[in-house]
Amino acid sequence: MAERTFEIWRGDRSGGEFKEYTEEVDEGMVVLDMLHRIQARQANDLSIRWNCKAGKCGSCSMEINGMPRLACMTRMNQLPAEGKIKVQPMKTFPLIKDLVTDVSWNYRQNERIRPFKPPAPDSDGKYRFQQADADRVQEFRKCIECFLCQNTCHVLRDHRKQEHFVGPRFMIRVASLEMHPLDTDDRIPDLKNEFGSGWCNITRCCTEVCPESINITDNGIIPMKERVVDRYYDPVARILRAITGGGKKLPTA
Amino acid sequence: MSTEANRLPTATLPGGHLDCTGCTHRTDDWKTGPTATFLGLLLFIVYSTAAAFQGEHYMYENYLSPMYSPVVFTQLERTVTTPEGETLKVAIPGAAPVEHAWFGLKPDAWPEWLPFSPAFLILAFPGAFRFTCYYYRKAYYRSFWANPIGCAVGPFRRGLYRGETHLLLFQNLHRYALYFAIVFIGILYYDAYMGFFRHGEFGVGLGSIVLLLNATFLACYTFGCHSFRHLVGGRLNWFSKSPLAHALWKRASFLNERHMFFAWLSLFWVGFTDFFVRATSMGWIPDISTWG
Ligand code: SF4
Ligand code: SF4
Ligand code: FES
Ligand code: FES
Repeated sequence: MAERTFEIWRGDRSGGEFKEYTEEVDEGMVVLDMLHRIQARQANDLSIRWNCKAGKCGSCSMEINGMPRLACMTRMNQLPAEGKIKVQPMKTFPLIKDLVTDVSWNYRQNERIRPFKPPAPDSDGKYRFQQADADRVQEFRKCIECFLCQNTCHVLRDHRKQEHFVGPRFMIRVASLEMHPLDTDDRIPDLKNEFGSGWCNITRCCTEVCPESINITDNGIIPMKERVVDRYYDPVARILRAITGGGKKLPTA
Repeated sequence: MSTEANRLPTATLPGGHLDCTGCTHRTDDWKTGPTATFLGLLLFIVYSTAAAFQGEHYMYENYLSPMYSPVVFTQLERTVTTPEGETLKVAIPGAAPVEHAWFGLKPDAWPEWLPFSPAFLILAFPGAFRFTCYYYRKAYYRSFWANPIGCAVGPFRRGLYRGETHLLLFQNLHRYALYFAIVFIGILYYDAYMGFFRHGEFGVGLGSIVLLLNATFLACYTFGCHSFRHLVGGRLNWFSKSPLAHALWKRASFLNERHMFFAWLSLFWVGFTDFFVRATSMGWIPDISTWG
């Protein structure tokens, strides 16, 4: 099989450089296989985070030829046949070493979200709802927390508005709770005031890079923005709520 | 714009990342999309502005250009000054007759110096609808404002970005533009219906079909609106308890998945319909119909 040359970022926060490695490619290999081959044969100290090699653990997120992707789900034959292949760590999170970044900021955002709060169960101790009520939420549950969307979102990646916006992954986590038929908590005030739903300009890069093909923007973020409109911006809805004494969920903030 | 050569001196971050407008290590073709969007929208803006300023040839027999519908006030003649300095009243070709205008002739109070066209009175409604549409927002934030111009490509003016907060808060009123847009769908279907009757006689012409498709494409665009999808059902959490809302939501979702497609198709077709009526009125294309 053909040989390919990789330019891999080597270094840490204090500095580093792209280093070139040429290795043979066998049929069916993915980029993560190639990185392992390079690690085994040429660069034993190359740091990579990975676990499942099946696109399910969300560990191997990196940037391949400038595009945020999972290394284990990027087949070599998907890449251009010519030229060097550039491999970098994710841009948005602090670099630890080589291709490994510190994604703990994301865990801290997750902790800010109020947990699922079900009502008391039915008299037999069970909860009941239909598949139709669960469909929307199930899409968001496919998330593998690879944080590629967080990495690509320009609000975080380039504008560095981490103090204003939790990012797409957590917008859909809020959506999965808010749309849940059995949830009784209210996160709409948080969504607007704490999580920064207004900072997203719905340009859909999160959706473009999601390896689970979750329709983050159209099915998660925009519906949440519309609920924020109901609560805060729609004058008629506000008047109606004032007259009828509010809907199922009352603002808590 | 995207070359590494124009990057700022301090632009390479740890990890080998670039940090400047239009900079990226992407090797795939990310420029065609925003360029095509930019040109497509620009072309439509130029065409529709020019068409709106004409104020003539917007109606031919029973075909009315959607850019002039509904006709609130019409104008049948305008004053022109001849090279000899004489002022004359000349009839406006292809103008809507008085009985077709909701409130008759252009009011006398309309200032002389202010250009008049029936299109000026209505274009703000579809304009506001498209301008605040979630799809078009994405399209022009990306292609006109470069925020971001492509995914993982450096956006414009890092320091200034405030998303849809502050100045862009008005985008949250999109649903009000939607309410008007739904009324316009009714009006345009009425126009399409009238496109099948000339002087009271039923028939079919190229224009009838063009107008019918126009209303239909616009309906597919409008009923795939994110706000519509939210209002008819998306705001609920118990779909199983509201079967009607669920059914409406599913249909709106079907169109919503194709929202970009219908956004472009309906945009193109509105322009084409105007051009068709205009060209027929000016005699550029023959009036092919069963009316003979
Ligand atoms: S759609 Fe919103 S959350 Fe997603 S990448 Fe764009 S700005 Fe970020
Ligand atoms: S939403 Fe998609 S891109 Fe974002 S963390 Fe989950 S799986 Fe990854
Ligand atoms: S190694 Fe688990 S997602 Fe790639
Ligand atoms: S979202 Fe596009 S028309 Fe409402």
